Amino acid sequence: MLVVLAILFIGCSVFVENFLSLANMKGLALAVSMTGMVACTMLFCLAAGDFDLSIGSVVACAGVIAAVVMNRTGSITVGIATALAFGAVVGVVNGFVVAKLKINALITTLASMQIVRGLGFIVSGGSAVGIGHEAFFVLGNSTVLGIPTPIWITAACFAVFGFLLNRTVFGRDTLAVGGNAEAAHLAGIAVERVKIVIFTAQGLMAAFAGIVLASRVTSGQPNTSVGFELEVISACVLGGVSLTGGIGNMGFVIAGVLIMGIVQNAMNLMNVPTFYQYVARGTILLAAVLFDRWKRRNQPV
Amino acid sequence: MSMEFPGVKALQEVSFEVHAGSIHALMGENGAGKSTLLKILSGAHHPSGGSIAVDGRRVEFITTADALRAGVAVIYQELHLVPEMTVAENLFLGHLPQRLGLVDRNELAAAAHRQLEFIGEPLDPATKLGRLPLAQRQMVEIAKALTRGARIIAFDEPTSSLSDREVRRLVTIIRELKTRGCAILYVSHRIEEIFTLCDRITILRDGKHVETAALENLTRDQVVHRMVGRELADIYGYMPRPTSGDGLTIEGLLGPGLAAPLSLHAEAGEIFGIFGLVGAGRTELLRLIFGATPRSGGRILVRGQPVEIASPRDAIEAGIMLCPEDRKKDGIVPVRSVLENINLSARRRNARAGVLINESWERGNAQKWIDQLRVRTPSARQLIRNLSGGNQQKVILGRWLSENIKVILFDEPTRGIDVGAKSEIYQLMQSLARDGVCVVMVSSELPEVLGVSDRIAVMRQGRIAAMVERGEANEEKLLKLALPLETSAATPDIN
Repeated sequence: MLVVLAILFIGCSVFVENFLSLANMKGLALAVSMTGMVACTMLFCLAAGDFDLSIGSVVACAGVIAAVVMNRTGSITVGIATALAFGAVVGVVNGFVVAKLKINALITTLASMQIVRGLGFIVSGGSAVGIGHEAFFVLGNSTVLGIPTPIWITAACFAVFGFLLNRTVFGRDTLAVGGNAEAAHLAGIAVERVKIVIFTAQGLMAAFAGIVLASRVTSGQPNTSVGFELEVISACVLGGVSLTGGIGNMGFVIAGVLIMGIVQNAMNLMNVPTFYQYVARGTILLAAVLFDRWKRRNQPV
Repeated sequence: MSMEFPGVKALQEVSFEVHAGSIHALMGENGAGKSTLLKILSGAHHPSGGSIAVDGRRVEFITTADALRAGVAVIYQELHLVPEMTVAENLFLGHLPQRLGLVDRNELAAAAHRQLEFIGEPLDPATKLGRLPLAQRQMVEIAKALTRGARIIAFDEPTSSLSDREVRRLVTIIRELKTRGCAILYVSHRIEEIFTLCDRITILRDGKHVETAALENLTRDQVVHRMVGRELADIYGYMPRPTSGDGLTIEGLLGPGLAAPLSLHAEAGEIFGIFGLVGAGRTELLRLIFGATPRSGGRILVRGQPVEIASPRDAIEAGIMLCPEDRKKDGIVPVRSVLENINLSARRRNARAGVLINESWERGNAQKWIDQLRVRTPSARQLIRNLSGGNQQKVILGRWLSENIKVILFDEPTRGIDVGAKSEIYQLMQSLARDGVCVVMVSSELPEVLGVSDRIAVMRQGRIAAMVERGEANEEKLLKLALPLETSAATPDIN
């Protein structure tokens, strides 16, 4: 997949005007920052052999909750804390249903996706909720050393979760659970706890992404991020994460996120109409995964 | 009708013939090339050289369908059936009888009935396959091969998960196939079985053809010798050892699979065998002790101390380890490396600050057990699924040897493992016992139980039917004790 990324990057640099400019690079990174953040926890979720489809709804609902609570209480901290707590609760419930009640993660999160989307509309009354606290917009719109804050946050997430996956017992346990849950259980790994923790982290991360998004657009939008979960899962798949669990690598997921971002960015620069962008994105996802498999098969084992 | 494999290159020039109306054994240690050969035969793998001839005509199998058309069927250990479909649908999978493009249900039921009758399996063709015990599924697989007109049938360790009675049924059917002129290729690790059933044998070693001969010209020792390439005097190598006090004590254990509260006592330094037929509750007993299935009552003591076990993790912390029967399903994490699989459990105790992976310890520990247990792997980073069954078992052993073992539970420790690796595992059990570990071994292979155990508990219908000392045990006695009683009258628990 790194080869695909390199080819794509060089190709775009050569053929797409303005692609390599500093402003565009920043724009590209900012555009993928949310996908990148949530891909970190999605990587864990997929590596443990599960799915989470509810994240798009959580992003929207958390943004709305943050906006509404901030406007009511006048406190940014309380608004953020409430939204995060909401994300954590959704995650715990998802995790509990999947791990303890043994309901398939696809079905569980398909249900919570709709419930949470509905809650977002109920809380917001169906329309965008403007936020009246200037200080809150700093999170999404400030820059540090000339680079937008969300990019720093995403980079930090990559580092932290990459470290968690490779260097901690929890990370290795996650891969073992995804690779063979029964064998992991019989080797003394607390399989249910691992899954609940992962779903909780996923809910928290999605809520956090929702807060950052609300800060960037200065409002809570109940309609936002529809299909975001598929974008994140696509990025992970591009990054070689196995949908059946047990295989995942943070470096490759970063590559996957960047591939998605570059494709989107290049098409925008070339003024490809939105309708065609969908077709192109799907085609590229399939092509990249096929190419990756073909390359692996031709490698000596 | 004959088959030849002249110069299949992956197998380094293996050539032999299988005659029509004969049962041809194929033996060799794991990794000797038996599976490769079967895969080539079924059309799943393509040989890099050489050819296959059926009835003297050269054939080429590009797909598995080509092999089936040529009358060749391979019956694998893991059966290729769909559990959610009925017996009849499975029998005709891929060529269901049709009328006007729709499945002809009546014809399907009738044809299925005929096939089942022929192999003497009085099954309702409308039963969902998933409800049948493994032995009957195997019969369905054989019937399926016959519905496709297979005249060359290869069996890959067909008896490895069957009880003795089921084995006898299978043997009858295979002999019937022989009299009907089928050519049978029979892969098995069980030497006794080969000698009672087969006419000729081909022995492979490290992908090379060692010998093809009539079995009547060979002795058991000669066969083993040719397979292993070295003398194996006594594969069990039993030596009496002293025991050293309490090892594992079970008092009034109750839970799924057990018919009555079960108690047993095994000493530290003892090898405690548990023999029983399939369904006697042996695996269930081990899972209850290990905390893998919640128990509904009873106490467990390790070295005389009561231990609280609610999960496998508790058991491991109390010093009890379990090597499960089904390695692929319960033992290994196939997509992870040998290193990961060895350190799966012990890494928790050896992590820095309890959470950070201690890389150098993990590398050292994995390499230590790879060396000591002689795991055949190119490196510690190799995926475990690429290893043979015997080597996977050694990796699981390495996982437990990295812990503080007080009691180790083996469930069918040598199932599907070749003679050489078997012998190594028996040696290891004895060396563990010598070091004061209490070894509990469940097995349905009588020679194995008799060969390594100090004492043997015979299980029958969810309870311990009898305890037999090593000196007093023989095959007939154990088997008699293990056979289910005709009436369901309660039997007193001995012990």
